[in-house]
Amino acid sequence: MEYHIEAPISKDVLSKLRTGDNVYITGTIYTARDAAHKRMDETLNKGDELPVDLKGNVIYYMGPSPAREGKPIGSAGPTTASRMDKYTPRLLDLGLGAMIGKGKRSPEVHDAIVRNGSVYFAAIGGAGALLSKCIKESEVVAYDDLGTEAIRKLRVEDFPVFVVIDSTGDDLYLKNN
Amino acid sequence: MREIDVSVITDNVAEMCISVNHFLSDDMKCAIEKSYDNEKNELGKVILEKLKDNLQIAGEEMIPICQDTGMAVIIMKVGQDVHFTGGNIEDAINEGVRKGYTEGFLRKSVVDDPLIRNNTKDNTPAVIHYFIVPGDKVEITLAPKGFGSENMSKLYMLKPADGIEGVKNAVLQAVKDAGPNACPPMVLGVGIGGTFEKAALLSKMALTREVGSHSELPHIKELEEELLEKINELNIGPAGLGGSTTAMGVNIETYATHIAGLPVAVNICCHVNRHIKKVI
Repeated sequence: MEYHIEAPISKDVLSKLRTGDNVYITGTIYTARDAAHKRMDETLNKGDELPVDLKGNVIYYMGPSPAREGKPIGSAGPTTASRMDKYTPRLLDLGLGAMIGKGKRSPEVHDAIVRNGSVYFAAIGGAGALLSKCIKESEVVAYDDLGTEAIRKLRVEDFPVFVVIDSTGDDLYLKNN
Repeated sequence: MREIDVSVITDNVAEMCISVNHFLSDDMKCAIEKSYDNEKNELGKVILEKLKDNLQIAGEEMIPICQDTGMAVIIMKVGQDVHFTGGNIEDAINEGVRKGYTEGFLRKSVVDDPLIRNNTKDNTPAVIHYFIVPGDKVEITLAPKGFGSENMSKLYMLKPADGIEGVKNAVLQAVKDAGPNACPPMVLGVGIGGTFEKAALLSKMALTREVGSHSELPHIKELEEELLEKINELNIGPAGLGGSTTAMGVNIETYATHIAGLPVAVNICCHVNRHIKKVI
């Protein structure tokens, strides 16, 4: 199936999506990768508030190349999601709506996706120039000192992804192999 | 004796960093075209088409092909009759990387210490391998390496009794474990023989050889072809979503080894297999 959906994505919409669906996302999503996840985890350990409210939001595992003049962002493809597995169940339990990355996830992340009615999407790895065309605005909203690993708020239009793990726990990669 | 001012090396490295991250070499472009023509899986073909579009946009609009513009791996083959003047060669190479990654709007992906992890903010230092060779020329090979695929690479210390079957199983296992994580379709650099570190270096150098070329050793050429065929039967496919294009090439380099060993290194590279060579 093909869907054009708005982000943040409601649980109702997420529950309809199935492994293998082609989805085009329009709206607001946030970037975070290794260093930002580590810092968010440390923030939570201290009992402090996260710099971004994750409730219902989408995290895109991505660290862009610098933007040229007049462009909102540089190359902007997904990074390997499994490096975030250690931190992900906690974020999902706190209300994170969905994730965009590439590659396999751990059994713990699978369980947390099902438990929270979330979805894991993949974008095409290594297609950062093409994907950057769907990003219309980009603004660093936290951890500026982390450079490419800062948390960015992105406005995307028809950002193309595939459903890899749906809210029932079905996994596209496992189906293929 | 030929004198070369190290500023020449700096300027060339800087220019190569920018070029290699925006334009794939002809062998890689051909390999992607060929994969697109041969892919039977419908979704696989769609993804390969998008990878072709991605290359076009990258070149036309000067947006890096992949946001992971890599850690700069540089292989220097320095003629023994060359004398570098005007500074330290290592500093000159790193200055080239700094200049290329800063002026070329490339991502700074290097941290100063593997455990403390502060970004150096200019993508230095590079990983540099030097070889002294006959002559009075300098050959610079630059191969920026992204870590989605680097992280999936493996080194096996096999036993001589494992033989060629052991090598095949090791390579296939590495590809299966990598699956969608390494941004397939991949290119495999395989180093067989030598010592622990020699095998790893051979595998990295194998990735800088043109995709579609083969080893001059008949039994290794045969192994390259057989492994490519077997890898493409795994149905990992473009982006790991199924299809017959899991790898576009298997390049193997070999070296003499010890009577007790059979080291095998598998360096996995994604479809953005960047390599550029220049002789000065």
